[in-house]
Amino acid sequence: MVQSTKDNLAPLHLHIPEPKFRPGDIADFSDIIVPAVDTHPRPDEHVLPADIHPLAYGLVRVLGDDHVASGSWNPGLDLATLQVMLRRMLLLRAFDDRMFRAQRQGKTSFYMKSFGEEATSVATTMALHFDDMCFPSYRQQGILITRDYPLVDMMNQIYSNRGDRLKGRQLPIMYSAKDYGFFSISGNLTTQYPQAAGWAMASASRGDTRISAVWCGDGSTAEGDFHNALTFAAVYNAPVIFQVVNNQWAISSFSGFAGSERTTFAARAIGYGIAGLRVDGNDALAVYAAMQWAANRARTNGGPTLIEYFTYRGEGHSTSDDPSAYRAAEEYALWPLGDPVTRLKDHLITIGAWSEAQHDALVLELSEHVKAIQKEAEQNGILGHGLHHPFETMFEDVFEEMPWHLKEQCTQMLKEQEDKFGPDWEAR
Amino acid sequence: MSEPATKTMNMIEAINSALDIMLAKDNDVVIMGEDVGYFGGVFRATAGLQAKHGKTRVFDTPISECGIIGVGVGMAAYGLRPVPEIQFADYIYPGLDQLVSEAARMRYRSANDFICPMTVRSPFGGGIFGGQTHSQSPESLFTHVCGIKTVIPATPYDAKGLLIAAIEDNDPVVFFEPKRIYNGPFTGYYDRPVEPWSKHEGSMVPQGYYRIDLGKAAVVRAGEAVTVLTYGTMVHVVKAVVAEHGIDAEIIDLRTLLPLDIGTIEASVKKTGRCMVVHEATRTSGFGAELAAQVQERCFYHLEAPIERVTGFDTPYPHSLEWAYFPGPVRLARAFDKIMKD
Repeated sequence: MVQSTKDNLAPLHLHIPEPKFRPGDIADFSDIIVPAVDTHPRPDEHVLPADIHPLAYGLVRVLGDDHVASGSWNPGLDLATLQVMLRRMLLLRAFDDRMFRAQRQGKTSFYMKSFGEEATSVATTMALHFDDMCFPSYRQQGILITRDYPLVDMMNQIYSNRGDRLKGRQLPIMYSAKDYGFFSISGNLTTQYPQAAGWAMASASRGDTRISAVWCGDGSTAEGDFHNALTFAAVYNAPVIFQVVNNQWAISSFSGFAGSERTTFAARAIGYGIAGLRVDGNDALAVYAAMQWAANRARTNGGPTLIEYFTYRGEGHSTSDDPSAYRAAEEYALWPLGDPVTRLKDHLITIGAWSEAQHDALVLELSEHVKAIQKEAEQNGILGHGLHHPFETMFEDVFEEMPWHLKEQCTQMLKEQEDKFGPDWEAR
Repeated sequence: MSEPATKTMNMIEAINSALDIMLAKDNDVVIMGEDVGYFGGVFRATAGLQAKHGKTRVFDTPISECGIIGVGVGMAAYGLRPVPEIQFADYIYPGLDQLVSEAARMRYRSANDFICPMTVRSPFGGGIFGGQTHSQSPESLFTHVCGIKTVIPATPYDAKGLLIAAIEDNDPVVFFEPKRIYNGPFTGYYDRPVEPWSKHEGSMVPQGYYRIDLGKAAVVRAGEAVTVLTYGTMVHVVKAVVAEHGIDAEIIDLRTLLPLDIGTIEASVKKTGRCMVVHEATRTSGFGAELAAQVQERCFYHLEAPIERVTGFDTPYPHSLEWAYFPGPVRLARAFDKIMKD
């Protein structure tokens, strides 16, 4: 290796980002700036992207520290809608708790909770039309819950059992539900970004009225697909809403490894000449308002928007992860933007539309509801206990029509089952 | 009903005709790619199509193969039938994740909830002094992926019929066009004048709609002495060498690599007792390895000689030494000598 060692020049230095706190540290988030509500008022949906750059660095908020909703971004939702929003976030939380436990009980291989990020999938979906197409990443089960997708079908998928609509082919939580405007989830991150742009381009080219919305995390904004998608959406002014759920952590890598030490994720929009909003992701009303703004803009040919939800991943990346190995223990409790469910609850209580007693009763009701559905789902089997789709389905849907080589391999696999389980294996 | 009129076309004209017909026939067909719109493509495959069918049906894209294919997957999910062009097969790699992990698996992973009826067209192969970034033959990367069909025509007639079938197919198809023979069949003698397509029967192309089903090979020369399995440009090189040396070879143009027409292959090899596989792509883990494995599994006791592989070398495609790389008449002649003596 040849190195230059010019005496008159200081040596270069490679910066390796490091999060501020590690296990054993007490987190201190006092450097996170939480601006007052309406620091950057809501602009007209057809504003020029260049005129709203401060919104890409600020933080759209509706709920103040006093739990009151105020300011120009306040979506003014009626009480019934607010209660539905809270109920869905609580249902999502109850569902996550139950499925996390099911994985720990050995009933499935894998689960991912959305604890702390519930607003970014529930409130966003409520601001969309039911037939708008959502391109989720892996932590947006709140979309399905908000669209009243049957919980039993979600569980069947998680158990990969004989009731699984995806025939046991996908890792748990990688749902697909076209009828509910929910695109098939990929484990390869951010591949859904150009797909959402393409879907939106198709919709626009057909004079349709539907728009698309896509989610990814802070870490996967580093994927090329993210940037390709923003380029295409900007070029064709596609009716797509790009969302970055900045929950601070990509497994064990903090957001600095996706560039957050330099700028915000919302500010990525600026280089592409599209609208960019940075939003308090734990303020369900701000999340709703931002999505509503972007949806109005997209639906009236105003083009794409990039929204960053500034939030926090309250638990591990997945059931395969232990965050105590890499981050400070009390980060979530100390997070300056609080918990999205608690904040919406406090808001409802403050305006006299809710009480602690009602809340506790609802939590209990939803927990019992999820438990009952879990029993129903387990009638169809749990992972690894025989009640799966028939063996030959393994070879179906690779192509529309099964070619000869797959038929041959299917025959081979069925013979293997006979060797393994005996000649009457099919009857068992 | 009268037969549609035929016309002499080169391969570019035949491809253009297929695209034109499908744009007119099916409003869901959309063409996009670098320079394919107003200009009509660097090889002219889409010439005139934007003017005829409109800007939202045929349009230019950013230079982003990942974006082109990813957007195509999204358009297919919407219900369109995208036909993106990747300007050179050598440029397809940024789009590989979208093809391999997304397009190819969409039907399977969603259990038919979403499908991806997308045809990715791309010129491939060398012999045009394109250097190592405009000459590659990456077909075996795609035949190795479950859920993608790989199609390679060798004549204008086949190019049109296969492309129409590919666009109508409800699964993703990678359609590699041998750019060395866009304008005329190539004998492998690079120092001789190029013969135009008009002297080849494969250039008589119906002007209207027709399709050639995917998964069906063509026996382009019947013979008894040896079976040659090949596709694309090499079909013509093999034909020239066989004619020159008076070898009674049965030449099979695979046309579709996956799904493979194993029946035609098996019947031929069992008849001739000898098998040679020929491709321009690099040798190791090339599609010829798969062909050789399939043939020995099915025809081992009929073989009178080891299967012979004639391929490009395992180097990048060299610019100045292109003809030393190319599996031309000399390499083929030696291989025929060997397989007929064994």
